[in-house]
Amino acid sequence: MVPKIKLNLISGRTIQQGVSMEGGKEKPAYRNACGIIEIDPADFKKLGAWRNTNVRVTSTFGSVVVKAIEATQGPHPGLGWIPMGPWANQVINPNTYSTGMPTFKGTPVDVEAASDEEVLDSITLITRAVRGEL
Amino acid sequence: MAKLVTDVVCPFCGTLCDDLEVSVTDDGKKILDVYNACAIGAEKFLHSQASDRITRPRMQDEDGNWKDVSYDEAVEYTAKILADAKKPLMYGWSSTNCESQAVGTQIGEVTGAIMDNTATVCHGTTLIAVQDVGIPSCTLGEVVNRADRIVFWGCNPAHAHPRHMSRYSIYPRGFFTGKGQKSRKLVVIDPRCTDTSKLADYHLQIEQGRDYELFDAFRVAFKGEKLPDTVAGIPKKTIYEVAETMKSGRFGIIFFGMGVTQSLSKNHNIDAAISVTRDLNDYSKWSIMPMRGHYNVTGSGEVWGWLHGFPFALDLSRGFARYNPGDTTSNDLLRRDEVDAVFVLGSDPGAHFPFGSVKKIWGLPSVCIDPHITPTSAVCKLHVPVAFVGVETGGCAYRMDNVPIECRKVVEPPEGMLTDEEFLKKVLTRVKELKGA
Ligand code: SF4
Repeated sequence: MVPKIKLNLISGRTIQQGVSMEGGKEKPAYRNACGIIEIDPADFKKLGAWRNTNVRVTSTFGSVVVKAIEATQGPHPGLGWIPMGPWANQVINPNTYSTGMPTFKGTPVDVEAASDEEVLDSITLITRAVRGEL
Repeated sequence: MAKLVTDVVCPFCGTLCDDLEVSVTDDGKKILDVYNACAIGAEKFLHSQASDRITRPRMQDEDGNWKDVSYDEAVEYTAKILADAKKPLMYGWSSTNCESQAVGTQIGEVTGAIMDNTATVCHGTTLIAVQDVGIPSCTLGEVVNRADRIVFWGCNPAHAHPRHMSRYSIYPRGFFTGKGQKSRKLVVIDPRCTDTSKLADYHLQIEQGRDYELFDAFRVAFKGEKLPDTVAGIPKKTIYEVAETMKSGRFGIIFFGMGVTQSLSKNHNIDAAISVTRDLNDYSKWSIMPMRGHYNVTGSGEVWGWLHGFPFALDLSRGFARYNPGDTTSNDLLRRDEVDAVFVLGSDPGAHFPFGSVKKIWGLPSVCIDPHITPTSAVCKLHVPVAFVGVETGGCAYRMDNVPIECRKVVEPPEGMLTDEEFLKKVLTRVKELKGA
């Protein structure tokens, strides 16, 4: 069985996210900057996957394939980080608890290796997801 | 030959740097280089020149095939979906100038729309807290000249506001802060070891989502009362020490971001942050400021504030202004199927809303007004490209400290391309006709 690890997911801005977003969200650079999850080395060990391989991240609210990379602003064992964008937003907790604000930070997720699945570019991801094709 | 345009304002983040220099060709049509900006700001100017840029409105059919349409057809479609809708949502407004926001609000008044801006997924909870408890704040100029204690709580300016630290908060030498960074003590509170926390005198690596507890612990520590051994993963010794550092400054400021506004407890976290600031004023002078994201999200709150009294989640559907976060906020409305048309300008909910909301936009009559191709333009029926505000047209924007700054026009937009304001004025004229207003 493929090992599954549990992480607490947060999302937010990175400079690469900002630059690639201004460079064009339809471009591969945006996917490379935001279609990732940053994982602590300790959690990588538990996951039993190589760095820079694709993983599937699943929460109660959805599921998405992203590339797992080692935490660039760590250590943060137990925390997973997906830069803000359509990949993170497939899985974050949309509940606003009557504030208007979805809960972008602090969603429990499962992460498992998915090396033969592809990280889609933002436009393909969204247009296929809205049609229920994912 | 090239000419240099000076004192250019960067239309990306709420830092709204106003010291950029841009070299352009003599005919004023092409940007050659951008100086003084951070990587994100420079990319914003340079990408506006991309050769594959969309320059005409386009509509997609059910299978996702796009066809070019004229601006007149785009105006007609936009006016019609807004006029026909019982309760249209007009969302975005943060990456445009105040002039466009004002025209957009008039359209909202005529069509009975719900107007919401990106604060709804950013600092909306801050605005709720400010209405609850008030806010002691200041301008960034005061921070440069006076602040000797800087707290970054749940924000990472090294990535999100790259020049904030060099222009205002850490490095600059001001009137009373002549030694620059050496005059200041920096405290960073973040669950990760961020590129900002690496510069800090104290980094409190808080357990994610426990901000409220730590704010409260500081209030206890200021008074010298007892604390449990650890709070939110931080040993009490550190909390007492940082509390003393905060009290001993001459002028302090708390900057806070999404780590506080988007985690559970939301507006209550900000209530607590503001209460910490108020308590600190018993010992010294302290202020607090949200790190606003989009360069003019603050402006859209100002414009709606002076026109209708509320800074976001503004419901004009009953012919007068209502405001009720959780009820009149975009994501709640979309998830509950309470709007029947979606208009987006100056934001990208397709990328930045939870997916469930994006799917709802896709199912509705919808228009996206944006210079770029974005996940929002990909799910809307109509995409209207416009000139870049702050690059190809000027206009007023508000910095994160509520200081208005006039953006500059640097180059001409592609021929025949409308600005946000021009497009909106045409839509306004048409909705008035349709509504007999
Ligand atoms: S810090 Fe913000 S406003 Fe200043 S140049 Fe960078 S993106 Fe632009």
